[in-house]
Amino acid sequence: MNPRMTRDELLRRGAGGVVFLSLPSLLAACGGGDDGGESSDELKDVLNFSNWELYIDTASTRKAAGLTGPTTLEQFTQESGIKVNYYEDINGNPEYFATVQGRLRQGQGIGRDIIVVTDNDRYLGDYITNEWALKLDKSLIPNISNLIDAQATPPFDPNREYTLPWFSGMDGIAWNEDVTGPVTSVKQLLEDPDLKGKVGVWGQMGDTLGLIMLSNGDDPAKVTDESFDRALETLKTAVDSGQIRKFYGNDYAQPLSKGDLAASMAWSGDIVNLQNPKLKWVVPDDGGIIWTDNMLIPLGGSVSTASTYMNFVYEPEIAAELALGANYISSVKGVKEVAEKLNPNAVENTLVFPTEEMLAQMHQNDPAMLSNPDYIKRWLQVKGT
Amino acid sequence: MGGFFHRHRGATPYLLLAPGILWLAIFFLIPLGFLGYQSLQSGFFPDFQFTWEFSNFSNGIRDYREQLVRSFVYAGIATIACLVLAYPLVYWIAFRAGPWRNLFLLFIVAPFFVTYLVRTLAWLNILADQGPVVGLLRDLHVLDSDGRLLATTFAVISGITYNFFPFMALPLYVSLEQIDPRLLEAAKDLYASPTKAFLRVTLPLSAPGIVAGTLLTFIPATGDFINAALLGTPNQAMIGNVIQAKFLESLDYPGAASLSFVLMGLILVALLVYAKIVGSERLTG
Repeated sequence: MNPRMTRDELLRRGAGGVVFLSLPSLLAACGGGDDGGESSDELKDVLNFSNWELYIDTASTRKAAGLTGPTTLEQFTQESGIKVNYYEDINGNPEYFATVQGRLRQGQGIGRDIIVVTDNDRYLGDYITNEWALKLDKSLIPNISNLIDAQATPPFDPNREYTLPWFSGMDGIAWNEDVTGPVTSVKQLLEDPDLKGKVGVWGQMGDTLGLIMLSNGDDPAKVTDESFDRALETLKTAVDSGQIRKFYGNDYAQPLSKGDLAASMAWSGDIVNLQNPKLKWVVPDDGGIIWTDNMLIPLGGSVSTASTYMNFVYEPEIAAELALGANYISSVKGVKEVAEKLNPNAVENTLVFPTEEMLAQMHQNDPAMLSNPDYIKRWLQVKGT
Repeated sequence: MGGFFHRHRGATPYLLLAPGILWLAIFFLIPLGFLGYQSLQSGFFPDFQFTWEFSNFSNGIRDYREQLVRSFVYAGIATIACLVLAYPLVYWIAFRAGPWRNLFLLFIVAPFFVTYLVRTLAWLNILADQGPVVGLLRDLHVLDSDGRLLATTFAVISGITYNFFPFMALPLYVSLEQIDPRLLEAAKDLYASPTKAFLRVTLPLSAPGIVAGTLLTFIPATGDFINAALLGTPNQAMIGNVIQAKFLESLDYPGAASLSFVLMGLILVALLVYAKIVGSERLTG
């Protein structure tokens, strides 16, 4: 799941979800056939791009970051002649997945050439294993050589055949200085009696159990039944004792700012965007989790058009403007050097340009854990559902 | 056209009913059929197979009995709270507010002008630990210095009560407003005390409003999940939260569908018991 924007992703899940349990398939059955499932290799003059809110440079964020000139989307259109229909319509991985899966299941397109999906939830794997994603045309993406090594072989797409990173962010711990002293380990977060009832954790399995596994000395990238049981037991103890106040989506940020929460598991990007000097964020002593939002081409998308755009954003000059304009971590080589020339102050923010030392403490989730139905069921039971 | 209706007079009621029936068929019966079909499937997303999997129902009841019971208890308490709060208020508006009636009714409906989610989100601020209500209660020593309102059972039930209040108040108002004041005068003339007049005249005459109000409050409150999600903790999870998590997080569509049917069935049973108690003619007013 992702840190930006939504006040509370639970809300939106509800809106899309329960009432129309069976509607997606009905709508899919009624849908027209004009965007069929076949990939088209023709370069189109329009690119339909679905992304999260506040996740790209705009005129105002460029100004704030000290950038001049047109936005990267405008530059792309100038350079390629391809107009971009940019939709900020992804508010959560589960909701978006629920919305589009009906059509994809029928082999139909969803009217998009690129969508952006996070790797710390099961859905990215679901798109790929169900063959709902189309292969990139790497001949059109020579700039793929600028992809950083750490991102070259992710477990869900070992050869980067279907996906390329958009931005990354870090899972860590934040605390409110008005309420408590530094909280730097997951163990302290879940056990310190001074924090009782004032601790937040995420409602997403990958993030929360990932951090707990690191604290237990287990590897979140290679989960076993034993390490899963241990992590779930640690969490359950903290829930039962009343240490944990609640499971949060993106909505932990407000109670943390107000002091209802003393400390919480928190996303780096949220803390940057809150700009509240009382809130401190650290990579936990035992390590953090790095998640990445990935671009992929859903069924029905134009591979050539999408690949052309991906090549464009993997130019270090463009990638630097994107990172400065959105305040998230880029996966493009050399982006920090370019950004430093554009705005020397901005690159000192280690939440956007993390140090080597921070990155060395970062781990990834095991995709096999994220899609294991038994694990999901037991995780939901600890959440009360 | 007139000639047609003349010649087929018997068909007129059916033609008048057709749009409504069509609407229900497309937007209620067909989706319900899909839901029923899905509830008997087995397997994992996206490869569900239709296997007459009746165990989905028994497993759902076994695994989520706690949340089912909790949903009915919370909805029941909230319904009673709505009734107790709404009745005197609406009584006053109907009999005493005179020319200001419509204004006060507007106040009751006003929260509906704001979306459900935003209304509930506002409660996050009202009940916050650093907020005015908790501060006052701490000063009065009703809450100890570490006490809180948010993320408690109290917050969830209060949220439901608040959100469904107009569904109780409006039908009550309609039934109270229709009472002929001369009946109360007659009761007085026949030496009924005010209490007795209320119990023998007003209360029975407002019964259809009470029944309609309790149903309109109780049924949606049982399936509600927003209040538990925003104002509660895992210990306050209701069956709506379970269905939502099954649908969106575990992608267990058959499980979600079968639990939806279980909830529907239990509400129907509750309704039948209620009808038996109050008399079925009152259910239909």
